[in-house]
Amino acid sequence: MSQATQDTAIRTGRVTRTLIYLVLLLFGLFYLLPLYVMLVNSVKPLEEITGGGMMNLPQVFTIEPWLKAWSSAQIGVDPTGLKPYFWNSIKMVVPAVIVSTILGALNGYVLTKWRFKYDTILFGLMLFACFIPFQIVLIPMARMLGIIGLAGTTWGLALVHVVYGIGFTTLYFRNYYAVFPTELIRAAQIDGAGFFQIFWRILLPSSGPIAVVSIIWQFTNIWNDFLFGASFADANSQPMTVALNNLVQSSTGVKEYNVHFAGAILAAMPTLLVYIVAGRYFVRGLMAGSVKG
Amino acid sequence: MAVSADADFKTRLQNWIPKLVLSPSIAMMTVFVYGFILFSVYLSFTDSRILPTFGWVGWENYDKLWRLSHWETSLINMGIFASLYIVICTCIGLGLAIFLDQKIRGEGLLRPIYLYPMALSFIVTGTAWKWFLDPGIGLENVMQTWGWESFEFDWIKDRNFAIYTVVLAAVWQTSGFVMAMFLAGLRGIDNEILRAAQMDGASNWNLYRRIIIPQLRPAFLSAFVILSHLAIKTFDLVIALTGGGPGRATELPATFMYSYTFTRNQMGIGAASATIMLMTIAAIMIPYLYAELREKR
Amino acid sequence: MRKLLKTKSVIVAGLLCTSSLVHAEEVEVLHWWTSGGEAAALNVLKDDLSGQGIGWTDMPVAGGGGEQAMTVLRARVTAGNAPTAVQALGFDIQDWAAQGALADLNDVAAQEGWDEVVPDALKAFAKHDGKWVSAPVNVHSTNWVWANKAVLDANGIAPPTSWDEFVAAVETLKGAGVTPIAHGGQAWQDATIFDAVVMSTLGPDGYKAAFIDLDEEVLGGEAMKEAFDRMAFIRDNVDENFSGRDWNLATAMVINGEAGFQMMGDWAKGEFLNAGKVPGQDFLCFRFPGTAEQVTFNADQFMMFDQGGSVSEEQAALASAILSPSFQSAFNVVKGSVPARTDVSDADFDDCGKQGMKDLAAAAASGNLFGSMAHGHAAPASVKNAVYDVVTAHFNGEYDSETAVTELVDAVSIAK
Repeated sequence: MSQATQDTAIRTGRVTRTLIYLVLLLFGLFYLLPLYVMLVNSVKPLEEITGGGMMNLPQVFTIEPWLKAWSSAQIGVDPTGLKPYFWNSIKMVVPAVIVSTILGALNGYVLTKWRFKYDTILFGLMLFACFIPFQIVLIPMARMLGIIGLAGTTWGLALVHVVYGIGFTTLYFRNYYAVFPTELIRAAQIDGAGFFQIFWRILLPSSGPIAVVSIIWQFTNIWNDFLFGASFADANSQPMTVALNNLVQSSTGVKEYNVHFAGAILAAMPTLLVYIVAGRYFVRGLMAGSVKG
Repeated sequence: MAVSADADFKTRLQNWIPKLVLSPSIAMMTVFVYGFILFSVYLSFTDSRILPTFGWVGWENYDKLWRLSHWETSLINMGIFASLYIVICTCIGLGLAIFLDQKIRGEGLLRPIYLYPMALSFIVTGTAWKWFLDPGIGLENVMQTWGWESFEFDWIKDRNFAIYTVVLAAVWQTSGFVMAMFLAGLRGIDNEILRAAQMDGASNWNLYRRIIIPQLRPAFLSAFVILSHLAIKTFDLVIALTGGGPGRATELPATFMYSYTFTRNQMGIGAASATIMLMTIAAIMIPYLYAELREKR
Repeated sequence: MRKLLKTKSVIVAGLLCTSSLVHAEEVEVLHWWTSGGEAAALNVLKDDLSGQGIGWTDMPVAGGGGEQAMTVLRARVTAGNAPTAVQALGFDIQDWAAQGALADLNDVAAQEGWDEVVPDALKAFAKHDGKWVSAPVNVHSTNWVWANKAVLDANGIAPPTSWDEFVAAVETLKGAGVTPIAHGGQAWQDATIFDAVVMSTLGPDGYKAAFIDLDEEVLGGEAMKEAFDRMAFIRDNVDENFSGRDWNLATAMVINGEAGFQMMGDWAKGEFLNAGKVPGQDFLCFRFPGTAEQVTFNADQFMMFDQGGSVSEEQAALASAILSPSFQSAFNVVKGSVPARTDVSDADFDDCGKQGMKDLAAAAASGNLFGSMAHGHAAPASVKNAVYDVVTAHFNGEYDSETAVTELVDAVSIAK
């Protein structure tokens, strides 16, 4: 762990370094391009956009599209903007991320430190579950939610996201805990510490980096999900992505591209924030855990 | 006597706790993943159309499926898309990680720039990409107005090339993430070995080829798992970018399955395509998972 | 296995008895009308209901002309949580009715005399087994051509009334350096043109045999090949950049005078009006050449989901509000379509709207009103999409007309 932030020992010449910087900057531009397109066009009046020149900076700067997307754009019958849906998303994402991360941590703990017969097969099955295309589970899942009485609720949505998220969270925590010294666990056991005590006192305090990875991964996936949100929510629990889709995809009538782009950036704001704020810990967490395959 | 029975109970409890803790996840997985897969396989042999129905039709749906020329198109597209996507993402990711690992000034700024596309869904970025790739208003138009008259970039309108624009947008989204995984791997490599090799006069190229890249094997494997999982689930991207067009030229199995199950009211054929897709995934992933997990023992 | 089957049948039984969680005195409406004008029109309905003390829970799901909403509907019904009322098109209504999921509206219909005022072609979709199951809102007709009058005048072109005149007009425009036809290359737009071309090439009887009766001989016949050849001609006269373009951007090309014609349903009118253009002065609307007598249509309706055996009071109120002449007029003036009932006054409509109403009444009377294939009113969704596949592949140059005809027969037979 002491090498955690250490750079490589490789040395490079001046020409090579210049080239490296050039390549890195070019890729930086490549990654920024769509965001640039969205940003500049979200602050132009509509006539300027339909007039062409999508790369041009705005001649007239306006914040109007942002205000409209947030609080007065037509989402359905009511001109509510994206605001109310933002909270629906939060109410769904927070519990789903917390529960799936906790379950993933516990599963990873059991699968590495309390091994039993066939545990690898079980893990293999969990991992394979990550690969099923979500489209095939829509109908049976809807039925199941109906049976347990969670159809059309935020809790039902959160449950769905937990179910299809634990494969990945388990993977992350399992790989992380796999390299955690088992001797420490054994020693604690001999001292009489129980299952949960060991988890709470020994493993959890050092799980920070991988928890960050798991939370970022889950948060982005759940926040950005459209398919489940559209299918399993009802009028009072539709998440932000569904509202954004309603805004952008309106079937007929004038397309207000500037409002669409502003709405799109608004909808992406939380995940962007998470990446920017927690991005530093992200690489560290990946390094500590999942990469060890 | 009583004490020992109590202790006995406690140990037994201790033995059971791990399994109890695991059981909710196992139960959910059994029902929500494997149960649903079985259900879907079963549906593929029925005459289901708008909702599941249970009239047995045998192999009819599979027979129809293979007669559909755009099912073949979607499989071929999947092959092109998945292989290019995985290879290009891995190359760019590795390259950027190696470059970024050279004590670069401004790494703290570049890293989030490379990473952020992963944070956005294609419902958000689809329109921007669509504009950018559109020859009328996008890159082609911009280059031409900047004076490069002969510049042409109309792949998205060309049915033979449109699938490559899907690859481009997908690579844009995930290559930065792959970069982070490789960067993490590079940062974990012991510098002592490198210094020793440098003393022996090894060139940088050789250092990377013989020492560093082989040590990144775990990162390659994780990248492969994540990328193939994303490739299989690619759906929003195609819908937002091309809608499966021009014609049906960018249809992928996921969009095919969705359209048959939900918009064409031919749930049976949709389920049959899902079954074939799952079998393909299993054929690729099971040997991989087997090899991976066995090694751990 | 037997046990499994048993469980399955229990599930099916469960599926068919749908119940709703919505409280009494409230309707939950699933729809995909999210653009400003449409939402404003729906608000008329909402206000009408709130005047009767009935609340409105809005459940908008936009995307793909209702495709997304239909997926959501399926999930909701499967979960036993069906919305009260759902916007729907053509065969979807019949499919849901066949599942026994829809409420019987006959009492309201009888009270308000729907049978007398709604055209038969619409009733074919709104009624199942002699029972009214949905309330029609409007009739869109899809065989319109929109033209920029200034462009046509400048080139001395009168609205073409036959295919040959159309060809001549297109050639003239091409010679003048104007894009003759504005088009967006999306499967449904290709198919919208194909509808009109088939109607014009095969005539109404041929259209019916091919698209409604799905007669393989007509689908694979010589005339159908001719129709595909005409599609190829149209393909040759759109601009290079057509693929994937949204229909409203194609309309903008006509508005701005970059293109002469667009073949599109009557919803295109809204774009012209929004741009401040006046029908008859700035732009022209006329039937696709050779289909002056015919109307191909699609109609938006609201299906009412069964709330445990009977129609709830709220549903009855909603249905009767939808069919009320005042709403039919107010909504359709905004939407560009024409009322679903033929006895509504045309006073508030503009020229194109008035003509649309007249055409509809005439076509309905003379048996020339046909469901549009491209918009799911001629054949079920599976067949519609199979036709899309072939038409769009041909339009994008993947098939020649010969292959397209064979593929069409095959695709339809798989989908049937």
